[in-house]
Amino acid sequence: MKPIIGIVDYGMGNLRSVEKGFEKVGFAAEVCSVPDRLISFDGLVLPGVGAFGDAMENLKNLDMVSALYEYIDSGRNMLGICLGMQLLLSYSEEHGRFEGLDVVPGRVVRLPDSVKVPHMGWNVLDIKKDVPLLQGIESGMRFYFVHSFYCEPADAESQIAATPYGLDFTSILGKGNVWGLQFHPEKSSLLGLRILESFGRTVEEQVA
Amino acid sequence: MLAKRIIPCLDVEGGRVVKGIHFVNLRDAGDPVELAAFYDREGADELVFLDITASHEARDTKVELAARTGEKVFIPYTIGGGIGSLDDIRNILKAGADKVSINTAAARDPSLITRAAERFGSQCVVVAIDGKSRGDGTWEVYTHGGRNPAGIDVLEWASRVESLGAGEIMLTSMDRDGTKLGYDIPLTKAVCDIVSIPVIASGGAGNLDHLAEAIELTGCDAVLAASIFHYKEHAIAEAKEFLDSRGIEVRL
Repeated sequence: MKPIIGIVDYGMGNLRSVEKGFEKVGFAAEVCSVPDRLISFDGLVLPGVGAFGDAMENLKNLDMVSALYEYIDSGRNMLGICLGMQLLLSYSEEHGRFEGLDVVPGRVVRLPDSVKVPHMGWNVLDIKKDVPLLQGIESGMRFYFVHSFYCEPADAESQIAATPYGLDFTSILGKGNVWGLQFHPEKSSLLGLRILESFGRTVEEQVA
Repeated sequence: MLAKRIIPCLDVEGGRVVKGIHFVNLRDAGDPVELAAFYDREGADELVFLDITASHEARDTKVELAARTGEKVFIPYTIGGGIGSLDDIRNILKAGADKVSINTAAARDPSLITRAAERFGSQCVVVAIDGKSRGDGTWEVYTHGGRNPAGIDVLEWASRVESLGAGEIMLTSMDRDGTKLGYDIPLTKAVCDIVSIPVIASGGAGNLDHLAEAIELTGCDAVLAASIFHYKEHAIAEAKEFLDSRGIEVRL
């Protein structure tokens, strides 16, 4: 049976394009705003555009936080995109200090002043680890980024790929069944869709 | 390093592409979404739609365009043309557009830039500036599709929109637009020198040299062009290869 991928709707950003991206590569995706229903999906995407503090506030107000922990504990795959990746870390320094989900120990900090912020446009990956999510993706390939803060995981083991912009920051992270992409795969044309497809496959293999 | 962006611009009226209907191999080259999907496949880095529909339905056509594009296009896209309120902006972004570009409404009420940036984030707010030379080394802002002088200096306006929260400037030279004589280098350079947000150069691209020239001489982050791509004089991939051969970083 084809898996169904849930896209968490917590009032932060446009979810349609992620949904359409999965459909384009042959996977069913459904936007979901009901915490109790998250556990029914075979794979989960935590998207997000906006400020870190607002996002955590929304997740709490909508009772999503424990549902997300429950999901991760179930061992199924979860993919954070952009702000959704940053929320996985312990805390962010965006407009103060805000606690995150702390699934991946580390912090979220602002890009250096030596470069234009936000970092907006197509930049390269430097792949540090081969993972199924990056099947058909090589170092030097470009993806679309829009962000001002970046993830600094405490454990170098969770860095899957880095991107140079003022410094080498973690643009893909992975810890067990939890993945994070700083760029937008749903806006990165064919190669971005290829990553969504690989995530779908990973989910599919787990279901089978 | 970040790649310089190549951005085709599509003029749309009443849901149809106004220019660029000379494509072969497209089921319906007059359909902006078909054309946009084609550009995505060809390697465009981003797309700009300028909806020039002049009627009371113009609001709905932009929202519909944003939604339909999102079904088939997987690169960032901006929608502009007559956007006048926070509600317009919200509806277009919600329908799937990544950014909106505002021009006349921003000149009339600059606080719209700040309100939009605070509400949706600076990265979604592109301010389009149409500039025309005064003949003395300065440029004046024009609004209403380049018809009305606004009595504002382009450089002053550029730094003001940056401080108001604009995430990007789309700078069009009214003197060069449609001439194919190349971008207005002094204007573009002057704006790039005084702002630290990304600048998209627009107006006048007639060949691939013009694209390279703008990037090499002005510090702009992206080049926008219409006719050189629409009439298939040059494919996007060809433009990218040319820029790459000049040592400019692009997404190949």
